[in-house]
Amino acid sequence: MTPLLDVQALTKRYGGRIGCADVAFTLYPGEVLGIVGESGSGKSTLLSCLAGHIAPDAGQVMFHTRVEGPRDVLRMSEPERRMLGRTDWAFVHQNPRDGLRMRISAGGNVGERLMAVGARHYGEIRAQALDWLDRVEIAGERIDDRPAAFSGGMQQRLQIARNLVTGPRLIFMDEPTGGLDVSVQARLLDLLRRLVRQMGLSAIVVTHDLAVVRLLADRLMVMKDGHVIETGLTDQVLDDPQAPYTQLLVSSVLQV
Amino acid sequence: MTEYNFAYLDEQTKRMIRRAILKGVAVPGYQVPFASREMPMPYGWGTGGVQVTAACLTPDDTLKVIDQGADDTTNAVSIRKFFEKTAGVAVTERTAEATIIQTRHRIPETLMRGDQILVVQVPIPEPLRFLEPSEVETRKMHSLEEYGLMHVKLYEDIARHGEIATAYAYPVKVEDRYVMDPSPIPKFDNPKLESAALQLFGAGREQRIYAVPPHTKVVSLDFDDHPFDPSKAPHPCALCGAEGSYLDEVITDDKGGRMFVCSDTDFCADRRREGEAA
Amino acid sequence: MIAVQDLVKTFTLHNQGATVIPVIEGASFQVAPGECVALTGESGAGKSTVMRILYGNYLAQGGSVRIGEVDIVGAEPRAILELRRHVLGYVSQFLRVVPRVPTLDVVAEPLLTIGWSDAKAHDRARALLTRLRIPERLWSLSPTTFSGGEQQRVNIARGFAHRYPALLLDEPTASLDATNRETVLTLIEEAKAGGAAIVGIFHDLEARSRVADREVDVSRFTPRAA
Repeated sequence: MTPLLDVQALTKRYGGRIGCADVAFTLYPGEVLGIVGESGSGKSTLLSCLAGHIAPDAGQVMFHTRVEGPRDVLRMSEPERRMLGRTDWAFVHQNPRDGLRMRISAGGNVGERLMAVGARHYGEIRAQALDWLDRVEIAGERIDDRPAAFSGGMQQRLQIARNLVTGPRLIFMDEPTGGLDVSVQARLLDLLRRLVRQMGLSAIVVTHDLAVVRLLADRLMVMKDGHVIETGLTDQVLDDPQAPYTQLLVSSVLQV
Repeated sequence: MTEYNFAYLDEQTKRMIRRAILKGVAVPGYQVPFASREMPMPYGWGTGGVQVTAACLTPDDTLKVIDQGADDTTNAVSIRKFFEKTAGVAVTERTAEATIIQTRHRIPETLMRGDQILVVQVPIPEPLRFLEPSEVETRKMHSLEEYGLMHVKLYEDIARHGEIATAYAYPVKVEDRYVMDPSPIPKFDNPKLESAALQLFGAGREQRIYAVPPHTKVVSLDFDDHPFDPSKAPHPCALCGAEGSYLDEVITDDKGGRMFVCSDTDFCADRRREGEAA
Repeated sequence: MIAVQDLVKTFTLHNQGATVIPVIEGASFQVAPGECVALTGESGAGKSTVMRILYGNYLAQGGSVRIGEVDIVGAEPRAILELRRHVLGYVSQFLRVVPRVPTLDVVAEPLLTIGWSDAKAHDRARALLTRLRIPERLWSLSPTTFSGGEQQRVNIARGFAHRYPALLLDEPTASLDATNRETVLTLIEEAKAGGAAIVGIFHDLEARSRVADREVDVSRFTPRAA
């Protein structure tokens, strides 16, 4: 099997400070990779580099495109990369306000990516939007409401629907459950697990919440000061951590 | 000092504006930035259009100025007087006689010819502004031809009103490339954007000029199952009886009396003259 | 099916002066298809540690653990995940699931993961839950709110949903009443008859003698203090 994503020697510096350094990993179709570390560990920088939001200083990010096979995302033209961002990739922000258009109805939010790739039939766009609202457990009657009228959990589910409607193969998530109540988090995690399984999605989840990665991620990457210091199966890294920092990280949280 | 330079603006400025116009003609529908000048009238009164007109005028031109179809509204009258005073050009109210027509919110009913120029006053040139407030981002969207968002706006219309309720400033795609705001003309006028005349659009406050050269393809955006419909109120003009012209609703008394009359006053007057002659 | 060879496990406690604690040394044993091997030894001898290494949950420092074709020691995480989906099952003492997910889905999940249809997976989940006497009114609720015994039975239903060729059982009959204990032992016997290679920890001696074919005393692998 070819990896969906093959990252080599990815490095980003901010002046003299290291954002992330020499990061390498592969992600296979259907895999969920968790990236954990405390704030400032470089996990968000890494995610932004991978998703093309910021340009790294060195390295390569090979993505297995549908048409042309493996391509280095960092060497794609901007239109190509933006097209990828609307079709095969998805990005779920921690704050749904960053990932939604707050002045556009729920249906319009879900339909945008469809229209961006050329859908021009209102009835079909709306039918797909309804289908996706249903999949993320938002009542169809809310389709014309603006997200501002939604609860935090609903906004986050709407953001997921909006991202997944074009059937992407890779989804980036930045603290997807951050800022949500624990019970709402659980519902979202369940939803994400189901969608990942049903759609065969690959996902990269950045979080500081070890309970979230235990339930969501197959594999784990632990970061500190911009470096990856430990990788492995999620439960193995959490239950039998090898690196001093990981041992500290795992022992400093309540039992998960 | 009583003498103005011809058409008020100095020659350097007019040259700069002409360069912007030429660039606009070369890239139909593309918003060309230009260094808009202070004009002796407030923004919103057509300062963009006035600068474009000033840059196009020659002493031999005949100018017509209309505001929402009428030659006799304050805005039209003052701009006409402005150019009479600063350029000394001939003015007219007849569409057929004019070589340059500056307009706000309408395109004349009478089909324009290849030897005429239409100058349109534009308040907000960016069609994506409503959806994406960042200018940096909208410019990028234009350059990468990412126009899905424009359809989101139309989607919202249908979702809320059951049809595309946008009745004016209806977005168009020019020559299969740039999405353009045709200014707040009624969508009824959109088909006339495919014209034999050169159409120039000037936004003074926003410092943008764009153009639709003669015989350029201009397509109004729509959905397959909600096609563009340029229809208007289903009445004939109460004065000239025209069936196919854009109408204004005129309140005639305070008892709810009203009538529908041609918004294009010259067109209406022409028809009435012809009617009397016949 | 399961072959453990010269297994070595140490824990290094970096935050306690890098203390190295040897736990297992030179563990070797095999389990054939259809066979059940019970790990024995005193509490603290390392039974659970061996189980966790077998599942890939703990990293071994040396030796090999072959499950079918795969050597768990040093295998890529991806290979272990694949093994866990299709070949290697594990019934732990604790149920660990996403809160709020209905019991029926918790049990059906391993089957859905390997591509069963919703209908088939739920049929099998219903059958198992019925056998393990989880009242039907609880199926739509999350097991996180259940009693210890109920949780344990849901865990067993989940672990037996897919017929794994290799199965690890950690105290499967603990906290169960006699009737449910009988059901679980029958499930184990069925799995054996179906050709599964089973490694189990049973403190319940009666259960052990009934299902285990052999015993492996883990204390043999406990490193002698130097």
